[in-house]
Amino acid sequence: MKIFDLITRRGFIASAGATALAFALPGTAFALNDAQAKALIDRAVADINKVISSGKSVNAMIRDFERIFAKYGDVQIIARSALGPDARGLSSSQLNAYTKAFQGYMARKYGKRFNEFVGGQIDVKGSRKVKSFYEVKTSVKLRGQSPFEVNFLVSDRSGKDKFFDMIIEGISLRLSEKAEIGAMLDRNGGNINGLINDLKKAG
Amino acid sequence: MSSRKTKAPAKLGRSLLLCAVLALSACASNDQVSRTGIYDPKEDANRKMHEFNKDVDRYLFSPASNGYGFLFPQPVRNSFSRFADHLSLPNDVINHTLQGDLEEAVGTTWRFLINSTVGIAGFFDPASAIDIPRDDTDFGETLHVWGVQEGAYVELPFFGPSTSRDTVGLMADIALNPFVVIFRDPTQYIGVAAYVVDAMGNRYDFDDTIDSILYESADSYAQARILYLQNRRFDLGISGEDIYTDPEFNPYEDPYEDF
Repeated sequence: MKIFDLITRRGFIASAGATALAFALPGTAFALNDAQAKALIDRAVADINKVISSGKSVNAMIRDFERIFAKYGDVQIIARSALGPDARGLSSSQLNAYTKAFQGYMARKYGKRFNEFVGGQIDVKGSRKVKSFYEVKTSVKLRGQSPFEVNFLVSDRSGKDKFFDMIIEGISLRLSEKAEIGAMLDRNGGNINGLINDLKKAG
Repeated sequence: MSSRKTKAPAKLGRSLLLCAVLALSACASNDQVSRTGIYDPKEDANRKMHEFNKDVDRYLFSPASNGYGFLFPQPVRNSFSRFADHLSLPNDVINHTLQGDLEEAVGTTWRFLINSTVGIAGFFDPASAIDIPRDDTDFGETLHVWGVQEGAYVELPFFGPSTSRDTVGLMADIALNPFVVIFRDPTQYIGVAAYVVDAMGNRYDFDDTIDSILYESADSYAQARILYLQNRRFDLGISGEDIYTDPEFNPYEDPYEDF
């Protein structure tokens, strides 16, 4: 019992010391960014929880979800990376039209599923640095189901803190959409305008 | 038919299956990884099987599941689902043991004993209430722990997405399942029936998700494949950044580097 006490106390002292150190040194932006990443997801989750409990119609929820997606998510990089290297060859007006269509498609596809989350809860657990970005872990509890892990990847490389991926039990939204957008592009024989038209109808 | 007579071929069948399992695990261990992180050399055949599975779902499984969900309210479906989970516990114990995870093997044994008795044959789950949760495993995971590679992506008839390693695992799980080994018909079919009923319950509960993947995506085969592989790797504890150096398939690869 004593030993156990000592270990936990030591662990506590060590982590408390590290946190204090991180805040004391302005050069170690690690803890600060870490906290910022977590704060971003905290705010996004609060907004999402608000929509879930609002009891609005599906169409209203889709609009709310699109707003949250555009506010907290880096739609540009998610859209571009879903398209892959093909995105580089586009004119800026094509890229804008594609990104806009992609945003609407994502909002419809995932926003209409929001009613499944009614009565559910998302809790932010913590975050860690991975390469140049941060991974924020959350636990999602839906009615009648055991909690599952949803991780947000957050970066500030767009100039603002935004998430660029959401990983649900190992399934990356960005990579899954990359497969889907790739399939739509193939269906259109590689034609970007065809893809944009498809996106406007899909979801 | 005497039990002696049925026993011999059953035994032979099982040992043949086990031999096949071992032989196939050898095949499954290749080092092939494609640029996309997906190794799918039998894509054409898999796609045909996918269409077959979609037909099975559209005309048989989905309507049957809707009927099942319509007839039985959620609490009843949940207790059937708990029963199905319960029946797979002995198999979990075997696999935890084979993986060298004795702690989980013992925990799962406790879970089985408590839920068999207090939980009335597993229709209820008092074990979770006293913090002995289910730690689902299978022979595919055992092979993974033993170092067998994932192998090729496979779409199996009825079962759907799998890999060559997990296909071998599935066959081994069927061959090793104590309910199949120990009990004779009709008892041994209880496990199969519970499995199908549980699958129908899941099909009903996740109707919107499954429909959106199978019937609303541009390429349902590719969607099912990428969803399965990512989730399976996550279940096996393979985290993206540790294993995949592949930018096409690693969610932790920085997309900002591409542009």
